[in-house]
Amino acid sequence: MSSGSGLLLEVKDLKKSFPGVLALKGVSLTLGKGEVISLIGENGAGKSTLMKILAGVQPADSGDYHIDGQKVDFKNVREAMDLGIALIHQELNLASNLDLASNIFLGREPGSKGFINEQKLHTEATRHLKRVGLNLPSETLAGSLPIGKQQLVEIAKALSCNARVLIMDEPTSSLSQKETETLFEVVKGLRDEGISVIYISHRLGEVKELSDRVTVFRDGENAGELAKDEINHDNMVRLMVGRELSEFYDREIHKPGDCVLKAVNVVSPTYPEVPVSIEVRAGEIVGIAGLVGAGRTELLQTFFGVTPSLGGELEVQGVSFSPRSPADAVHAGLALAPEDRKQHGLVLPMTVRENASLPSLERDQKMGFLDHSKEREIADVAVKQMKIKTPSIEQPARFLSGGNQQKIVLGKWLAMNPKLLMLDEPTRGIDIGAKREIYKLMEKLAGKGIAILFVSSEMEEVLGMADRVYVMHEGGISGELQKNQMSEESIMQLATGGSLTA
Amino acid sequence: MVTVFVITAIADPNFLSAYNMQNTVKWSSLYGVMSIGVAFVIITGGIDLSIGSVVGLVAVVLSFFTKIQGLDPIVAIGLTLLMSVLIGLIHGLLITKAKLQPFVVTLCGLLIYRSLSRWLTDNQSLGPVPLEGDLGFENLEQILMLDYIFSGQIPIGDFFKLPTPALFLLVLALVGSIFLRKTVWGRYLYALGNNEDGARYSGIDTDRMKIVAYVLCSFFAGIAGILFAFELGSVQPAQTGEFYELFAIAAAVLGGCSLRGGEGSILGVIIAAAVIRIIFNSINMVGISTHLEFGILGVVILLGVIGDEMLKKKMAERQVAASEKLAAELSEKSKNNENLE
Repeated sequence: MSSGSGLLLEVKDLKKSFPGVLALKGVSLTLGKGEVISLIGENGAGKSTLMKILAGVQPADSGDYHIDGQKVDFKNVREAMDLGIALIHQELNLASNLDLASNIFLGREPGSKGFINEQKLHTEATRHLKRVGLNLPSETLAGSLPIGKQQLVEIAKALSCNARVLIMDEPTSSLSQKETETLFEVVKGLRDEGISVIYISHRLGEVKELSDRVTVFRDGENAGELAKDEINHDNMVRLMVGRELSEFYDREIHKPGDCVLKAVNVVSPTYPEVPVSIEVRAGEIVGIAGLVGAGRTELLQTFFGVTPSLGGELEVQGVSFSPRSPADAVHAGLALAPEDRKQHGLVLPMTVRENASLPSLERDQKMGFLDHSKEREIADVAVKQMKIKTPSIEQPARFLSGGNQQKIVLGKWLAMNPKLLMLDEPTRGIDIGAKREIYKLMEKLAGKGIAILFVSSEMEEVLGMADRVYVMHEGGISGELQKNQMSEESIMQLATGGSLTA
Repeated sequence: MVTVFVITAIADPNFLSAYNMQNTVKWSSLYGVMSIGVAFVIITGGIDLSIGSVVGLVAVVLSFFTKIQGLDPIVAIGLTLLMSVLIGLIHGLLITKAKLQPFVVTLCGLLIYRSLSRWLTDNQSLGPVPLEGDLGFENLEQILMLDYIFSGQIPIGDFFKLPTPALFLLVLALVGSIFLRKTVWGRYLYALGNNEDGARYSGIDTDRMKIVAYVLCSFFAGIAGILFAFELGSVQPAQTGEFYELFAIAAAVLGGCSLRGGEGSILGVIIAAAVIRIIFNSINMVGISTHLEFGILGVVILLGVIGDEMLKKKMAERQVAASEKLAAELSEKSKNNENLE
């Protein structure tokens, strides 16, 4: 220990850029021994990037990194782990076909000369499992555990490497209420043992419950710190968005028009036992909230014909509609800005022009030939209307930032004059400026009478943008909330399988 | 290519002789037609291994129709082309609807069509054109006319005679280029090759477009089969077209197509097909052992592809730099605006 600062970890002025975007513009973070801090910020604020740098997944461009007051420098995950820093991934990385002990010591099996000391493996593993409150035989197959317990195994794995700092990136995004509570008990227990935790979450309620201190990022910079007694919802939101909430989500309620999309007992292949019925009207912005894995994306994909419905009925503006492919859905006037922008939303190596015009080519064709002037016009309009920041319309989409890529996706659909625009996590990985523009655009489109249906895991976004929200749980709609009924608590209640009795 | 050309020309002046040039042009054209076909499939990210067998089968069936069945040769040509289209359609359907892998489907095609050729003819060689000693050929006049069309020579000036396959190549290349660059379907093929999901989520019927690519590929192989049949005069059911698919794929790759899909142009493919022929020709002329010819070809393709990758990396770096510069300018600008506010 160096001169009594008590700081376990300190980073200063960390910078990191990716093609076309400056993700971290010089951020700082401190962490004391046995302290639980939360790192919060909107999507694209730079939280995940910082965590990846801290855990050695990717290097920073510049900046200082101190552990125990010593300047350190490491190049990969292994070296970070040697210094006691472990990242618990959002997606779990356990090998489902191996037992718990083998997973915990994967790559570090005790033994000699290439032979594994089975006895030591299992006694050690059991010890670490107990630390995270898992009283399971270490021979259990990892794949047989529910996701909440797998997460605890991940933590046990980190502890077995003598981790002093645990970084947890959205650990509760797919956990039930009960699993979340268990996780919190474990985290609090570890804190009392002197282990430090950096906790990343969008759920401000959880942040308040768990944190000794909150650090807020905005747009790749430090936006502020909150001491334990300053942690409350309003303070956190104010720092995250940098202004009053009402100003950020600039919504007017439009009088809803006719029903654009009507789904009666539609069944997505992922949840064949759970029929879903919803309705979206012209000029309405309707949200779909729920935990990760609740079937929200699958529902949009069913509407869009990616995975055709197994039953029930769909209507678009009163006309029966059964899409077998996205092409059918596009013909019926539907559009989808998918969650996985790079894989589904765009053809990355192609230019802004080619991407923006892709759905319109068939409509604008001249006997099968491309209409080049029309194509350029569509791209120019998209760039102008969406304020896409690109050197030219001939720039490959791959070289633009996430926000600009999302704007291309929206631009290409607007050229089709859709009746219903579906957006799946519309602002994931997008900087705050682009985010605000996307919200403004959603508002403007609703004003023009387009029906909008969006899925979001970001509570503020749902509360701020939706006129009405459906909450999903395990494939089904667990409840519908009108504007005046919506709150973080009511949504979480429904999302975790509870009912609205309060 | 220019280097190979010059070196060979110096080493053996015969290389530049009219006869040798005609030959090179002719063979480049025959292989070029096949290569254009496979380029469509490779641009979608697929592969067709059956091309050589389709060439063989078309040549055999055409000869079978005209020589053994005595069918009107124009009808016979129409039927064989129809057959090649059907083959492509079956490939496309198996790949899109039955969701089989292109490699497997066309590998089976390779085996099936080759053995069909041998079975149909009892493995006896035959040709569409009467050779010396052939008796009882029907529709002789028509056949000789077709022979001129498909494997004749048009004198240009006093020394050079242009082989007619070159004209076929020219027309097909032009049509292919226009299709890829100027039509909606051409754009769809590139989009689909770069990112099939992305194309599908944009409302493109990707299955239909893949089928189109396989149909075009087999159709071009069919045309090549007819050209080869007339050129060779005698078709060996067991050998004609064997390994041609590898030449075609090599030409497509050397010509800038990526087997990952989404890249490539007809012009590049044709130049590559010509380079490959010239390399073979040069090896013969300069007197390098012909045992080495495949090895040299392999090295040339490797070098070409490595050079291509390096060039692409350079260009990508340049574009990243442009994006970063813009991002920096924009953030500078927005800072200034904030200051003004």
